[in-house]
Order: sequence, then structure tokens, then C-alpha cells
Amino acid sequence: MKKVLMGNHAASWGAKLSRVRMIAAYPITPQTHIVEELSEMCSDGRLDAKFLKVESEHSAMASVIASETTGVRSFTASSSNGLALMHEMLHWAAGARLPIVMVNVNRALAPGWNIWADQGDSLAQRDTGWIQIYVEDNQEVLDSVIQGYRIAEQVNLPVMVCYDAFFLSHTYEPVDIPDQESVDSWLPSFEPDNFLDPENPKAYYGLVMPDNYMEMRYRLQQAHEAAKRVVSEVGNSFGNHFGRPYDLVETIHCDDAETVLITSSSATSPARLVVDKLRDAGRKIGLLKMRVFRPFPTEIVQEILGNKKTAIVIDRNCSWGKGGIFADEIKGAINNLSNRPMVYSFIAGLGGRGITPDLIEDIVKQVENSESPATSSEWIGLKPFN
Amino acid sequence: MAEKKGKKKDPKEWRIDIDAERCKGCGFCVEFCPKGTLAMSDDFNSKGYHPPMVANPDSCTYCDMCEMVCPEFAIWQASDVQKKDTHIADDLVRMDRMPHIWCPGCGIGTVVNCFVEALHEAGLDLDKTQIVSGIGCTGRVAGYVDLDSYHTTHGRAIPFATGLALGAPDQKVVVISGDGDLTAIGGNHFFHAARRNADMTVICVNNFTYGMTGGQVTPTAPQKSIAITTPYGAFDRPFNIPFIADSCGANFVARWTTYHVRHLQRAIKTALLTPGFSLVEAISPCPTLYGRRNKLGDGLDLMKFYKEKSVRFKKDQHTTADAEIGFQDQIMVGNFVNRENPSLLNAMDSSLKDKLGDKYVQWPIPG
Ligand SMILES: Cc1ncc(C[n+]2csc(CCOP(=O)(O)OP(=O)(O)O)c2C)c(N)n1
Ligand code: SF4
Ligand code: SF4
Ligand SMILES: [Mg+2]
Repeated sequence: MKKVLMGNHAASWGAKLSRVRMIAAYPITPQTHIVEELSEMCSDGRLDAKFLKVESEHSAMASVIASETTGVRSFTASSSNGLALMHEMLHWAAGARLPIVMVNVNRALAPGWNIWADQGDSLAQRDTGWIQIYVEDNQEVLDSVIQGYRIAEQVNLPVMVCYDAFFLSHTYEPVDIPDQESVDSWLPSFEPDNFLDPENPKAYYGLVMPDNYMEMRYRLQQAHEAAKRVVSEVGNSFGNHFGRPYDLVETIHCDDAETVLITSSSATSPARLVVDKLRDAGRKIGLLKMRVFRPFPTEIVQEILGNKKTAIVIDRNCSWGKGGIFADEIKGAINNLSNRPMVYSFIAGLGGRGITPDLIEDIVKQVENSESPATSSEWIGLKPFN
Repeated sequence: MAEKKGKKKDPKEWRIDIDAERCKGCGFCVEFCPKGTLAMSDDFNSKGYHPPMVANPDSCTYCDMCEMVCPEFAIWQASDVQKKDTHIADDLVRMDRMPHIWCPGCGIGTVVNCFVEALHEAGLDLDKTQIVSGIGCTGRVAGYVDLDSYHTTHGRAIPFATGLALGAPDQKVVVISGDGDLTAIGGNHFFHAARRNADMTVICVNNFTYGMTGGQVTPTAPQKSIAITTPYGAFDRPFNIPFIADSCGANFVARWTTYHVRHLQRAIKTALLTPGFSLVEAISPCPTLYGRRNKLGDGLDLMKFYKEKSVRFKKDQHTTADAEIGFQDQIMVGNFVNRENPSLLNAMDSSLKDKLGDKYVQWPIPG
């Protein structure tokens, strides 16, 4: 069934079709529609799930951690300061190896209260142990939530599906909503090996002494390593079943490219236009869409960028005191290659400013006219300071 | 500046001024003028609202009800003799930022009037008055008042204010925030500030909903009331805010509605002058979300409801436990508690003085 949906409702549909049984959430713009729609679905019986209206995001994550521990497929969503408030519990969800799926609508952090697109909120959670998927359009929102559960439950890691405030959350696009039967035949029901079960009492989350903690954490890292393969397999299998394949990254015209433009989330769509246009003008340029940020797809990035001349990374985020985060991680990934491109790092579109085709083309021109990258990220589109 | 209260005004000296452009046509002034002086006009302002007009000038006693109740600061009593030609809020609200974001018929602007009038009457040094808000429609007050103000994170107004009160004990700290901000995400801080009698006045604008995010259920929403997250009615028991503050030991606890402008203003004045933790709950209409979803009409209808359904707290008959609010049921209003528990600062000082004697240096260390 095709419907015209806003990104947020695509996320609600993803959760509904995944037959989540427990949802806990606190409102925050621009996420709120997701859980409003789900609470409606729970109230009128379209979705057989409990909806808990908690008193904060910290409690939302604590509640889904508890329900997931009892073996129940759980969902939540947040954004910006709400996600920041969850921070302690995000570590818990991953450390406890709970396959929760959540949606984060990427919104700028305060102060400077701002409700618009910016990836700083979820990227600040990169070391919590969650798988992070950055999606480009509303179809991918729905598809990624469903895939999220299959990935999460195979590797016992939580998955965060991230997309840009307003550019996706509030924008309506045609979305193909798969049939429930079709999803049921692809996404198995959640049958965890370990769960809190009164019939079989166990103690959870106790003290771990130095003689075991490191091994426990090593297994968390190993799970992320395994997740790279699982994300690819699940994306491929999703493609076979639903006709829309996914992977850790997507490449466009990269094979013979000398220059590769690198983007994530909604900024990828204008970049597609720019790359097509420059290709038509005879330039050897390609596009790399970074879909999965954690686990970081180091091997694939090395394979794509090895032997290229130039990489241009556009970040809608900044690690203060360092620079664009995707750019930094890409540099880290290719550092040990003997042939590697120069990496140009640009910061654009913070706090909801547009990353337009013109702006991207200007960036490419600027790179073409320069000899080597600056040592730190360059900020694009700043107003003059007085 | 406010003129002397309680004195009969000479009608020859006074007139009613209306800034039609500020008006959002809520009808509060016309409805609640006790003398029938005002009427809605057929004119339109540039926003498309009908502003009021003075229909019966001779009937006016210049009681200032219209001025206090107007959430848009659009109507006031003026006098050349008494040198008053602006709305009472004009010198404490940043009029360059008007119109504010609040919807027509929203009560937050009315609470602002009661607050600024109370501030004037309390005679506090405005250079030593600090306003702290969390996030929400109510939270916007911090940005609109022309005083030192802090627009903090959602839920953290009270801990911010506690730090301010301890770090700068010569300042009067006032928190103005919403029911969601103060009792949901910030609920924990509320109990503790009341328990310790932290030195601050908290004005909680209770509209029974998260206004700013589109009307989801809050912990104060009456059972059976409808919100976008409770399409078939809220089922969990709401907080009774005065009861909580009372049982934690707060020094002053009151609740009034935006209909009771004069009581609300006086309660805020008493709160401002009470050492320790003082709490004033202001029940306020959110016509756009709470009113509309529950089919309760517009802001004016909600205000009329407050007028009809409010019952007075009587010390010999009631306790704050009786102040629970049921859906479309009575709203108990009054000044519930007025006691003199030591404030956080005083308790800290006297306990340390006791223990350390002469060695104790009172905070902040002079110089
Ligand atoms: C940590 C965090 N979570 C959620 C939000 C989103 N948020 C902003 S205002 C608000 C509700 C405000 O409700 P209330 O305090 O009752 O004020 P009102 O708008 O009703 O005046 C919410 C949930 C936020 N800003 N920060
Ligand atoms: S109370 Fe104010 S906003 Fe409402 S009708 Fe009267 S003048 Fe207009
Ligand atoms: S949404 Fe409700 S609380 Fe917010 S400004 Fe409008 S009427 Fe007031
Ligand atoms: Mg509220």
C-alpha cells in the first residue's frame, strides 16, 4: 500500500509493522508525532502494545530497558535534549545487550534553543554502544526501523535510526507500506535466549569485578564487528523480500571517480543532483552515502576510497575542538592505507540551515581550486561577523 | 508605575486606553468587566481580530479588571493627572518582542500581569530580582520579562534557581514555569526544593497539558480528560500540586485561576515576601490544546468555567488533600499554607554556626 506520509509517521508505521509490544516516550519537537500516532494505534487496538507516558526521556529509556529485559520487543523515540537526557540509560541498553530500537530525530542541542536539523545530538552518543543508522528519505525511515529489529535481535545490540528534523520528520513523501503478513514472514517474532522470567529466576545487572569486566566489554566490541556483516546481510535480505536493498553505505558513480563526495542523512539527496550534474559536465566525481555510522564500516570505506585522489566530507555536526565527525572518522579509517585521498572536511547546515545543491557545488569548486586541505574543518555559509 | 490601590478613583481623571493592534480578541476584558463598560467592536485590527471598545464610559469605576485580565497587555486605565499612560506590564515586559507567541485566549499573559503587579506592590529591588523558567509555552516568560532572566532546560528551572539563590543570597529568585516542566520532568526537584524550603518563589502555570509540544497528557491532567496521547481519556491519578508542596513543608502555598486576577496577584505578592519556598499554582486556559481536545470551548469559556466551578478553601473545613482536581469538577482555590519553617539558607547557617561557633564564616564570604 502506498501512502503519503511524513517521516515521523513512517517511523510509527515501522514500529507498528514490527509488532512492538511496549512503547515508552516523552514528547519533544520534532519527534512527537511518532509516539502520538503510536499511542493512538495502541488506544484503538490497531497495535497490541502497552504505551507508557513517562515523565522524562530518562524514564522512557529506563522503561524500555526493563520491558526488553523481560523479553518484550520495545520501542521509543526522542530528539536533541531529550536524547541527551537519556545518555546514562543509553550506555545501559547497549551494555546489557538489549535489542531495543529507537528513533532519534536529529535536532540541534541547546543553548541557543533551536528545533531544527543537526546531527550533534546522536553523534554525541556514538560511544554508548548503539548501532546508528542515518537515513535519507521517509521510505528508508520505515524500512530501517523494521530492519533495525532484525539486526538488533541477531547481534543483541540496540539500534538508533536517525533522520533530520523537518527535512524528513515533517515532510510528506510517498511511502510504500508493506503488508503486515509480508513483514511477519520476514521479521521473526522476538524469542530471546535470556530474559527475566519468574519461572526461571536469575539476577540481572550485578557488580562485575575487574577480572570479568574487560571480557564483557570485549564482547560488546565483537558484537559491533559482527554487526557490520549482519547489517549487510539483513539489508540484502530485505531487498530480496521487499524489493528495496540496503547496505552499510551506498555508492553512486564511485568506481571510476577521482573525487568522492561523502554525505549522510538528508544532505545526500541534493548531493545526488550535484554529482549527476558534474558527471554530465565530464567530471570524475562519485558520491558515498554513509548510512551506518556505528559500527563504522572501516573496511568498505577503505575499499572505496583507496586509490582515489580526493574525498570531500560534508558534516552537519561538529565535535567541538576537533571538527566534522564523519570526516574525522573517515580519516581514521583510511589512515593506514598506503594510497589514500586527501580528505577535505566541511561543516554546513548546523541548526537547520539548508545544505542546497548550490552550496554543495560551491564546496566542490572550492576544493578543485585548492592545493591541499586545511588542517581543520572549514565552515561553509557563515554570515560575516562584525 | 502602579497607582495607589484601594482608593476610589476620580472618574474625571481617568480614561480607558486600548491598543487595538495588540488585541487578539479573546473577549476577557468585555466579559469580566463588572460594570458592563466594554463591548467588542466591529472593527478589525491588522491581525484580523475584533478589539474591544468603551461602550459605556460613564459606568466605569476604573477598577483595573480589564487591564489585569488582558493577556495581550492591550487595554489599560490611563490618567494624565496620575501620569499613567501605559499598561502595567509595559515597564517590565519587553514590548519590542510583542506580539508574544501565546494563542488568543491563553492565560499565560494574564499570569504575567498578576506577577508584574505583585512585583511592584511587593516593593522588591528589581535589580536584584531573577527570573528562571524551564521550557514550554510558560517557559517563554523568561524571555519576555525585562529583568535578569534565565531560560533553562526542560525540568531544571528549580535546581538552577536553587544554585542562584545559594550563590547570590541577596537576590530574589522567581521560577515561572509550566505544570509539565515543574511536576513531570522536573518533579523530583520540586519535592526537594519544597522539602528544604529553598529560597525561591515558584509560579506554576497549570494548563493540564504540555502546551508547547502539542498537547500531550501531563501528570496534572484530570482523569478522563483527553490529550493527544490519551485519546480515550487519562486514567492515572493526577498530582494535587498544593497538597504536595504542603506535605513537603513549603512555607507558602496557594492556588488561584487566571479568572481570580486580584487574588492571584495578592498571593504572588505574599509569596514574594515569604522567606523559604513559596508556591503559587495558577490554573490557566490552554484553549488551543486542552480546551479544544476536550471540547470545552475557547479561552473565554474556560475562564467562565473557572468562575463558576471554583470553591474557596476554608481552613476549618478543608485540607490541601481536598484540592484534587477532577475533570470539569470543582477547582479549590485559596491561600492554603502560610508557615515559617526555616529556609534552606537559614537552616544551613544556623546548623553550621551551631557546630562551628566563631570559626563559621557566613556565605558568601565578604570581600
Ligand atoms: C529534555 C527535554 N525533553 C522534552 C522537551 C520538549 N518539551 C519542550 S516544552 C515541553 C512541555 C512543556 O509543558 P509545560 O511545562 O506544561 O508548559 P506549557 O507549554 O504547557 O506552558 C516539552 C515536553 C525538551 N525541551 N527537553
Ligand atoms: S482582553 Fe485584551 S486581548 Fe482580550 S479582547 Fe480584551 S483587549 Fe483584546
Ligand atoms: S498552546 Fe496552549 S499554553 Fe501554549 S500558547 Fe497556546 S493556548 Fe497557551
Ligand atoms: Mg502545561
